[in-house]
Amino acid sequence: MAEKKYSTEEVQKVANQIRKQILGVALQTGGCYLAQACSSAEIIASLYTKVMNLGPSVGNWEPIPFPGVPGPDNMDYQRGSAYNGAPAPDKDRFFVSCCHYASVIYSALAATGRISPNCMEKFNVDGWNMEMIGAEHSPGFENTAGSLGQTISIAGGTAHARKRRGDTGKCYVLLGDGELQEGQTWECIQAAGHYKLDNFIVVVDANDQQVEGKIADQMTEEPIVARFESFGATCVECNGHDIEAFCKAFETPHEGRPLVVIARTSGATGIKPLEKPRSMHFIRIGKDERDEFQKIYDAM
Amino acid sequence: MKIEVNTHEKNMIRFAAEHSEVVVMSADLGSSCEVKKFRQVYPDRYLTMGIAEQNMCSWAAGMAREGYRPFLHTFAVFLYRRILDQLEMSVAYPNLPVVFVGFVPGITTPGGVTHQSINDVGVLRTVPNMTIFDIGDATEIEGVLDLAYECNGPVYIRMLRKEVPRLFPANEPMQFNRARVLSEGDDIVLLSSSICTEEAMRATAALKEKGVSVQHMHVSTLKPFTDPTIVEAINKSKYGVITIENHLDIGGLGTAVADIIAENGLGKRLVKIGLPGYPHGASKMYLMKKYGIDAMHLVEAVEELTGKKLGIQEDDLEKVRFVDFLEV
Repeated sequence: MAEKKYSTEEVQKVANQIRKQILGVALQTGGCYLAQACSSAEIIASLYTKVMNLGPSVGNWEPIPFPGVPGPDNMDYQRGSAYNGAPAPDKDRFFVSCCHYASVIYSALAATGRISPNCMEKFNVDGWNMEMIGAEHSPGFENTAGSLGQTISIAGGTAHARKRRGDTGKCYVLLGDGELQEGQTWECIQAAGHYKLDNFIVVVDANDQQVEGKIADQMTEEPIVARFESFGATCVECNGHDIEAFCKAFETPHEGRPLVVIARTSGATGIKPLEKPRSMHFIRIGKDERDEFQKIYDAM
Repeated sequence: MKIEVNTHEKNMIRFAAEHSEVVVMSADLGSSCEVKKFRQVYPDRYLTMGIAEQNMCSWAAGMAREGYRPFLHTFAVFLYRRILDQLEMSVAYPNLPVVFVGFVPGITTPGGVTHQSINDVGVLRTVPNMTIFDIGDATEIEGVLDLAYECNGPVYIRMLRKEVPRLFPANEPMQFNRARVLSEGDDIVLLSSSICTEEAMRATAALKEKGVSVQHMHVSTLKPFTDPTIVEAINKSKYGVITIENHLDIGGLGTAVADIIAENGLGKRLVKIGLPGYPHGASKMYLMKKYGIDAMHLVEAVEELTGKKLGIQEDDLEKVRFVDFLEV
């Protein structure tokens, strides 16, 4: 895969393609993590096309059957990280903590030529590696992230190891804003600040939603930026749907400190009916709504 | 019996000198876990993670993914009870070579129930990919790091610190998944681990004088637990098996032995000696007696299995030096 330079318009196209693909899955199956696709489409599209320095995918072009659980006799299975390129000292690494965004990651890989455009045919199909919740073997994933708060630490440890070794590549980790409530998140930022890990970049899709509703109605997190700053990180916020603003946030100087980018987003972006009050964690499209969503899909 | 002091302190430094990718991680208890000197010798390889065990565990997973070999040092309770999910999802599931060096196992601390890891073996035996070692003496402290290194996956060590007796010859290091035969016999099979082996040695000496033939084996690999020499010994025992451990009487050595008796259809009786529940803060010697993980209780178990009164008194067992642990 030749290294392609993406214009902002082309990144938006990737984002639109992600949104459309996930809406398609929702229409086909009756529901999926559609609001997360809508909130993170520009974030993930920008990360893959403009922000991160990844090598070409070395993963299998088509999805593969589940390669088995890791163990002493199974350590050479195809890692999900293969789709983010072969590890190299100068290349970046990408950790996804919000692993229920798996469908969004798969779609992003497809939209950027890292996996077959037909890959979503195997999404959530029993016995395949394209599970609904990503793990070590899922395309685009470094690790098994379903227990929130752990992936940020794993990425932190990886960044620490790479800094000790003298690698120039960075470690990116994508979080949802709900998991900022986990204590381990703050243990990690404290350590990343202590060890001056300026190769460690945290991106938060701040869509203001968690399973039971809006963040502020469940457990207050604000002021998020001040919290990260006080724990030892440099933290900036931006509009997560504004591709140029989002990409510019990574130019923030943060020498000797990890960088945290809070991307403020909405889970209804691009799909107007989602603006009406409803449970946003897992969008189910009712029979009475199908036509409305189908029309939006057709117009995308 | 010779008492060795701070064996792990010396061994960790020796071991790290042989493996440049080894790092020690501490959650503010390194100086209580015999790595204070390591920090002086290798300041750059001693990673202070603060009193934050969850992050330490997942962070270690990240470092292991990059080829480092992290050795986590803190009290055993904090390495399994407090961070079980991190241990399982960050380390055990991906089968990463992270070594959990758990200090003051069982009742070897007077620190009370928050410090006493009484069900760690029971919990961690159910964790796939995990290897578990339970240290019995200074010779085993000297050998366990090399065995853990060879495992190339997650390892949990129940480590002993400070004054530890040398029960086994220094030139006969511990072997993976092989019990150490301390006396041969065919009336009773006695399987002991951790600090209980010293107790069992006191009992077997007295039992021998009373004509009871005991096959005493010290067990230091608790997972995997597939040692054919144990199966063979149990099979030929006349009266049955006794286990004694510095752990709850559910889930540890005794339960592992029950499994192999059943799985191999050996049909032998089993008496499990272990802690009956949560202990409390007191000296090791007091707690061993109070909860019955001592030589006298072993003798009673032999009487129960053989149906013979042996007439052994507490005084008969007071031959071997007892080491007490008074520090938290």
